[in-house]
Amino acid sequence: MIHIEVKSNPEFEKELAALGGADVKLCFQCGTCTASCPSGRRTSYRVRKIMRMAQLDMKEEIISSQELWECSTCYTCVERCPRQVPIVDVIVALRNMAVAAGHIYPAHKKTAVNLYKTGHTVPINDEIKAQRKALGLPEVPPTVLSDSAAAADLKKILDATKFDVICKE
Amino acid sequence: MAKYAFFLGCIAPLRYPGIEKSTRVVFDRLGVELVDIQGASCCPAPGVIRAFNRTTWLAAAARNLALAEKMGLPIVTICNGCYGSLFEAADVLAKEPEQLAKVNDVLKTIGMEYKGTTKVYHFADVLYREVGIDKIKAAVTKPLSYGVAAFYGCHFLKPSSIKNIDDSENPHILDDLIEATGCKSLPRKQKTLCCGSGGGLKAAFGDVAKEFTKTNLENIQASGAQFIVDVCPFCHLQFDSAQKDLGFNIPVLHLSQLYGIAMGMSEDELGLSAHKVPVKL
Ligand code: SF4
Ligand code: SF4
Repeated sequence: MIHIEVKSNPEFEKELAALGGADVKLCFQCGTCTASCPSGRRTSYRVRKIMRMAQLDMKEEIISSQELWECSTCYTCVERCPRQVPIVDVIVALRNMAVAAGHIYPAHKKTAVNLYKTGHTVPINDEIKAQRKALGLPEVPPTVLSDSAAAADLKKILDATKFDVICKE
Repeated sequence: MAKYAFFLGCIAPLRYPGIEKSTRVVFDRLGVELVDIQGASCCPAPGVIRAFNRTTWLAAAARNLALAEKMGLPIVTICNGCYGSLFEAADVLAKEPEQLAKVNDVLKTIGMEYKGTTKVYHFADVLYREVGIDKIKAAVTKPLSYGVAAFYGCHFLKPSSIKNIDDSENPHILDDLIEATGCKSLPRKQKTLCCGSGGGLKAAFGDVAKEFTKTNLENIQASGAQFIVDVCPFCHLQFDSAQKDLGFNIPVLHLSQLYGIAMGMSEDELGLSAHKVPVKL
């Protein structure tokens, strides 16, 4: 029989709590979440297992897993959890830790870079400008895209909260 | 006259401008004034940006909320993602003074402050609760008779503990809104199943996202629906762009476009040429 020793990690618990995931401790492992999970039905992702691993402070195993990124944040589990565990908030907190440790998918990084560079997650292009014009809308929407001072403000916020770190090569 | 700060987000103005246009026209017809939020940004997207850096997400969302606060108006969104993001950020900042203080430390660097008062609404909720079915019916000039699939998506109603709009497992509000045009909202299996694109799933694991979409399309096809009617440009994008690969061909309309049709907007004004699945009315 293999024994795996699980050491408690107060640092991890503190970090998880600061990121909004403290209530993972309420989970009593009933499995309602996994039974409801449309992603788990299609992948090896088991949300109940992630909740238990978080309770057991298994930070490294969680943040290096692919499963952590297979939640579509549909909230079906949150609606049904009998312990009202804010499951999506826990997943979000764990993903924050994963990204801080350098675990980020290239496609996600691209979205982050789009936000950093343009203030939107998808870029504008000539085709869209033409479509907008044909509809009688301003070619460029009245967002940060058409207001350089507002765009500069947003960038300051992104920098002040260290979002630029994620966007670096 | 009801008045809202109009939050555009990313996908509607930059991929399906017909959704933005239809919303502007339809709300005007219904006597609701929409005022642009000059200089707003991405909400930022809850499934990706919030998952990367929650502090960034909250501060950038607070900047959007503060812009509307300065206008003295509640926000209306036309996207479940923007709604989820801004509603939740506003909720956190209204309930947790320490978070608000932290966010204001960041906003101070750009000479802004958020007092924590902005209310955030989803456009379908505004249509249902504020405008009302009777007024919508009265504005319909071209009654429709399509059988359609109501697609709620996830972040319009959930988490219901803070949103309190409708029963998240067995909702009716979008069905009622659709039927106000004369269309029939057809019953189907797994009506509240996620489209698959949320949470960064589409970007990182597109094939898994498509598996969600496929189940939805099978159920929608079996219901006999002629159109999919959504309330979110991100669900809209997923259904519109994934169907070709999956071998389906069911046209997709945002509720604002369905209303545009029922209120006599011309096809050109609805921006249907941006749709990959051709929309034939
Ligand atoms: S449904 Fe809630 S209590 Fe049950 S296993 Fe999932 S998180 Fe834990
Ligand atoms: S929110 Fe995530 S974990 Fe919960 S049911 Fe949806 S996909 Fe599964």
